[in-house]
Amino acid sequence: MVILMNDKTKKESSANIIKNLFHFLKPFKFYILIAFISIAIISGIEAYMPVMQKIAIDNFIILKSTVGLQVFLLKYIGLALSLLVLIYIFTIFGTKLELALVYSLREQAFKKLQHQSFSYFDRNADGWIMARVTSDIRRIGDIVAWGFIDLVWSIGYITGILFMMFKLNYKLSLVLLVLIPFLVIISIYFQKKILENQRKIRSVNSLITGAYNEGILGAKTSKILVNESKNIDEFNDLTTRMNRVSVRGAITRALYLPMIIGLNSIGLIAVLGIGEHFIASNSITIGTLVLFINFTIMFFDPIQEFSRILAEIQGAHASFERVLELIHSDLDIVDSQEIINKYGDINDKKIHNWEKLKGDVEFRNITFLYKDNEPILENFNLNVKAGETVALVGETGGGKSTIVNLACRFYEPTSGVVLIDGVDYKKRSQSWLHHNLGYVLQTPHLFSGTIMENISYGRPEAPFEDITDAAKLVKAHEFILKLPKGYDTEVGEGGNNLSTGQKQLISFARAILKNPSIFILDEATSSIDAESEKLIQEATNTILQGRTSFIIAHRLSTIVNADRILLIKGGKIVEEGDHRSLMSKKGGYYSLYTEQFNKF
Amino acid sequence: MYYLNKIFTYTKGFRRAYVLSAISVFSPTLLSLLNPLIFRYVLDIVIQKFDSSDTFFDKIMFTLVGRNILKVALLMLTLALARGVGLYFRGKLASIASEGIAKVLRDKTYFHLQNVKYSYFNSVKTGDLIQRCTSDIDTIRKFLSVQLVQVVNIALMITIISFVLARLNLKLSIIVLALVPIMFIFSFYFFKAIKKFFKISDEAEAKLSTVLQENIHGVRVVRAFANEGLEIEKFRVANQHYTDVTYKVMKLFAIFWPVTSFFSFLQLGIVYYFGITWAVNGDMTIGTVVAFAMYIAKLKFPIRLLGRVLSDFGKASIAFERIEEILDSESDFDHTLTLEKPEIFGDISFNNICFSYDEQKVLDNISFNLKKGETLGILGPTGSGKSTLIHLLTRLYDYEDGSIKIDGIELKNIDKKWIRENIGLVLQETFLFAKNIEENIAITSDTIRENEIINAAKTASIHNGILHFRDGYKTIVGEKGVSLSGGQKQRIAIARTVINNHKILIFDDSLSAIDVETDANIRRELKRKHGSSTTIIVSHRISSIIDADKIMVLEDGRISDFGSHNQLKNRDGLYKRILEIQETGMDGDFNE
Repeated sequence: MVILMNDKTKKESSANIIKNLFHFLKPFKFYILIAFISIAIISGIEAYMPVMQKIAIDNFIILKSTVGLQVFLLKYIGLALSLLVLIYIFTIFGTKLELALVYSLREQAFKKLQHQSFSYFDRNADGWIMARVTSDIRRIGDIVAWGFIDLVWSIGYITGILFMMFKLNYKLSLVLLVLIPFLVIISIYFQKKILENQRKIRSVNSLITGAYNEGILGAKTSKILVNESKNIDEFNDLTTRMNRVSVRGAITRALYLPMIIGLNSIGLIAVLGIGEHFIASNSITIGTLVLFINFTIMFFDPIQEFSRILAEIQGAHASFERVLELIHSDLDIVDSQEIINKYGDINDKKIHNWEKLKGDVEFRNITFLYKDNEPILENFNLNVKAGETVALVGETGGGKSTIVNLACRFYEPTSGVVLIDGVDYKKRSQSWLHHNLGYVLQTPHLFSGTIMENISYGRPEAPFEDITDAAKLVKAHEFILKLPKGYDTEVGEGGNNLSTGQKQLISFARAILKNPSIFILDEATSSIDAESEKLIQEATNTILQGRTSFIIAHRLSTIVNADRILLIKGGKIVEEGDHRSLMSKKGGYYSLYTEQFNKF
Repeated sequence: MYYLNKIFTYTKGFRRAYVLSAISVFSPTLLSLLNPLIFRYVLDIVIQKFDSSDTFFDKIMFTLVGRNILKVALLMLTLALARGVGLYFRGKLASIASEGIAKVLRDKTYFHLQNVKYSYFNSVKTGDLIQRCTSDIDTIRKFLSVQLVQVVNIALMITIISFVLARLNLKLSIIVLALVPIMFIFSFYFFKAIKKFFKISDEAEAKLSTVLQENIHGVRVVRAFANEGLEIEKFRVANQHYTDVTYKVMKLFAIFWPVTSFFSFLQLGIVYYFGITWAVNGDMTIGTVVAFAMYIAKLKFPIRLLGRVLSDFGKASIAFERIEEILDSESDFDHTLTLEKPEIFGDISFNNICFSYDEQKVLDNISFNLKKGETLGILGPTGSGKSTLIHLLTRLYDYEDGSIKIDGIELKNIDKKWIRENIGLVLQETFLFAKNIEENIAITSDTIRENEIINAAKTASIHNGILHFRDGYKTIVGEKGVSLSGGQKQRIAIARTVINNHKILIFDDSLSAIDVETDANIRRELKRKHGSSTTIIVSHRISSIIDADKIMVLEDGRISDFGSHNQLKNRDGLYKRILEIQETGMDGDFNE
C-alpha cells in the first residue's frame, strides 16, 4: 500500500488559533485569573521596591533622623512577605494551568485518534502523530501558561516603573522613554534571530540523532555492504553543519548582550548627567537620582523578556496549527447519531442492544479507491456464508488486504455496500462488528504488560481458566509456563522480550479468547518456522470451526483445507473454488501451487 | 579529576580558543562590578562634594575624572564598550571551543560505532547508545561551554564583591555575606534533592509516550478488538500520573523561589537597617549604602545558579564515562595486520568449524565444500545456527576452532572489508537507509548508472512495484519515508545486493516475506544473470531451496543431513517432515 506523507499542514489564521485557544482555556478560567492577578501584583510591588531606597535616602539619611524607621522597616517586611507569598501562589497556579491545559489537549488528541480510521494512520507517519501529542502540546502548555504570565509580568513591571518615574520627574523619564523603542526593536530582532538559530540547531540535531539511529540499527547492513566510510563522511558533513549553525547562533547571542549593555549604559549616563544638573538646581533629590539609576538598570529586564516571549509565541504558532489540525481532523468513518443512540459509542457500548452476529458477509457492487488513486476494487461482488472459510491468494498488491479491510470496516467502500447478516454494516456501530472480530496480523503487535494482560486484551474480565484454555488451544500454554514468571511475564515494549513466533501465538490466543464470529488471518503464519507453523495450523483448524473466516496466505499449504479459495488478481476474482476443483482446472492457482512444489 | 584530564585530551585543536575564552570571562565580570563603585563616587564625591577617600579606586577616579560628571559619563561609556567587546569574544570563543569539542566527540563516537565489532551490538541497547551519543555529549558540551565558565565567573564575582564590600564597610559586609553560604547550600541541596523528582516526572512522560506509541503502532489491533475505550482509559491513567508527579516537582519549586528570595530580602533589609542607622550617625555615606544594595542585587541570581550548576557537575563525569565506554569497545578492524586482498572466484570450504556464543555452542563441527557456481540451500529450525554460519563466512563473528577457506585461502588472512565487498549478502531483517529508493539500491557506489539500477530492480522483481509509487525511484524510504511491506523491503535489499556482480551471493532467509510466485521469479532471474556465482540460500520454505545443488539440514548447530532434494526427500528426518507439512493436502497426481 502506498502511503503518502502528510507534510502540508492546514494553515490556521492567528485569529482562529486565538479563538480556539480561548475555547480550550475556558475550563481553567479560575487558574488563569489567580495566576494573572498574583503576577500583576508582583510586578507592581517589584517596581515599587526601589522606591524604598529613595525613602531611605531622602527621609532618613539626608534628614539625619531615624524617626519612623520602625514604620519603614515594617513596610519593607510587609512588602517582602507579600511578594514571597505571591510568588508561591503564582507558581502553583501557573503550574496548575500548564498541566491542566496539557492534560486536556492530550486527552482530546488521544480520543480523536481513537476515532480515526486507518486511512489517517496511513497518511500520517507514527512519528508525526507522536510529536503532535508529545512535544507540540508540551510547547503550547509552556507558552500559554508561563509565556503569558511573563508577558503580564513584564507589561505590569514596565507600566509600574514608567508610572512612578513620571510621577517623580517627567523630564528625566522622557530620557528613558526615548530608549524604549530602540531597545524593543533590537530585542525583537535578536530574539527572533536567536529563536531561528535554535530551530536550525534543533533540526540539525535531530538529523544527527537520526544518523546515529541509522548507524546503530543499520550497523550490520553497513558492515556487509562495506558502507562504513561513506556513512562516516555523511555524518561528518552533518556535524560540520551542526558546528557552523551552533557557532553562528552563539555569535548572534554574543552580539545581542553587548548591544543591550551599550544601550543601558547610554541610559545610565544620560540619567547621571542630567540628574546631576537637576540636583545642582535642586529640582530633584539624591534619593530620586538613585531611584532613576535603579529604574534604568531594572527596566531592561522586562523589555528583553517581553521581546523573547513575542518571538516564542510566533515560534509556537506552528505547534498550535499542527495540534489543531489533529484535534479538528475529519473522520473518515463515523457512526451516525442515530446509531450511537442505539448501539452506543466506543466509550459507552450499549451491548444489550447489539444484535447477535451470525457471520454472513456479502460484498455488493463494491468499488474502492484510495484518495485520487486508481481503483483497487471495481464492482466487486462476493458472498460468504456464516461459518465458511475463505482463502485469498494471489500476488501482493492484488487487493487481498483491501477486501479484508473492507470486510472489517477498517475502510468503507467508495461505492456499493457490505452486508453483514444481510444488513448494510453502516446501519450498525463499528464497535459491534469489531467486537465480533478475531484478527491476527502478519507482524504481531503486543502491548507492554504481562502475557495474561495481553491475552485478555479483548476481554479484560475473562477468568484465568479461559485465558489458559485459549493459550492451550493455540499451543502457547507450554512455552508460557516455561517462562520464569509464567503468565505474569512482562512482554516488554511492543512485546520485544518474546520471539516473533511467541508473539504470534499470543496474538492467536488473544483473538480466540474473544470467541469471535468472524476470523481474519492476514499472513499470520509467515513469520513462524515450518514446525511451529504446523502446530498453529492444527490449532487454526479447530479455531475456525463454525466461524466465518478470511485467510490471506502466501504459503498455499496452509489453505488447502479452506472451503473456498479465491485467486485475486488486479482487484478481481479470477478463479474460485476449493483446492481440489481449482487444481483440476489447471489454471492460475494450479501453476501457483505447483510453483511452490515444482520438481517433486 | 581523571576525567577532567581525559576531557582535556579532547580539547586538542581548540585549546587556544578555550584559554582565550577563559581569559575573556574575567574582563566583563570585573568591569560590570565597577559600576556600583562609580555610582557611589558620583553620589558622594561628585554630587555631595565630599572629600575623596583614600581608597585605591577613589584615588584613581579622582585623578581621572575629578568632579566632572561629563568625564564620568565618558569613563562609563568606555568601560561599557570594553565590557561589550569582552562579552562578545567570551561568547564566540567559548562556543568555538565547546562546539569544536562536541564535534570531535560526535565524530569519534560515530566513527567508532561504524567500525566496532558486530557482536558489540548484541550486548547493548540502541536507545541507550543513542542517549549516550546525543544527550551525554550535550552534557559534556554544556559543561565545557556554559557550566565551567559560569562557575569560574560566579566564584570570581563573589570573591570580588566580598572584597569590595569588606573594604567599604567591614561590619556590614560580614553580616550580609554571612547569608551567602546558607543561600548556596540551600540551593545546592535543593537541586540535588529535586533530581529524584525530575527523574520520576521524566519516567512518567516516557510511560505516557509508550502508551501513545503502542496505541498508534498497534492501531489495527485496537480497532479489531473494539478496545478504544480501554485504550482511552490507559492513556488517561498515564496522563494523570504524569500530571500528578510533575505537579509535585513544580510545588517544590514554588517553595524554592520564595525561600531564596527571602534570603535576598533579608540581606537588603539588613543593609537598610544598619545603613540608615549608621549613615544618620555619619559612619556611612549614601553612596556606600547604595553600592551595598546594588552588589546584593547582583549576587541574588548567581548564587542560585551556582547551587544548580555544582549539583550538576557529577553529571559531566558520568556522561564522559559512558562515552569512554563506547570508545573503548573493540574495533572490527586490526590495522596492525597486513591482510590479503585476493581475487575471489567462489570456492568455499568449511572445515570442523565450532563456534560458541555466550558459552553456548551454536555451531558444532561444521564441514562442507562448495564449488564455484554451485548453489547451497540451508534448512533448519529457528536457532539452529543458520545465521551464525553466514555471520562467520562474512566475518561478522570471528571463528576460533576449525578453518574456513575461500578459494583455498584461510578467511582470517583476508582483509575483512575485502571479503564483505566480494560477498553479496541479503540479510533476514532488511534495513533501508533514509534515502530514496534509487540511492538505496546504488548505496554501495557512487558510479552506478541508472540502467544498472533498473536492471537490479528487475532482477529483484521490484521494478514495477517501484514505478507504482508516486515518486517512483525517487520515493524516500527508511524510517521517515513511506512504509513499505516486508516483501518490498526485502526485494529492494536484494536489488541493492545483486547490483554488484558478486562471485558469492547469500540470501539469509531474505525471501520470507515475498510471495511464492515472486520468490520463484527472483530465483529464475538470479540463475539467468548470476548463474556463475556461488549461491547460498537459507530458507524455511522448501520450494526456495528445492533446486539447489546441495542442501544442508542444520539442527542444534550440527549438520544432520546433506544432499540434493532427491536424496533428502526419501530419507527420514527434518527435511522430509517439513516437506510433508508443506505439501499437506496435495494430491498424488501432482507428484511427478
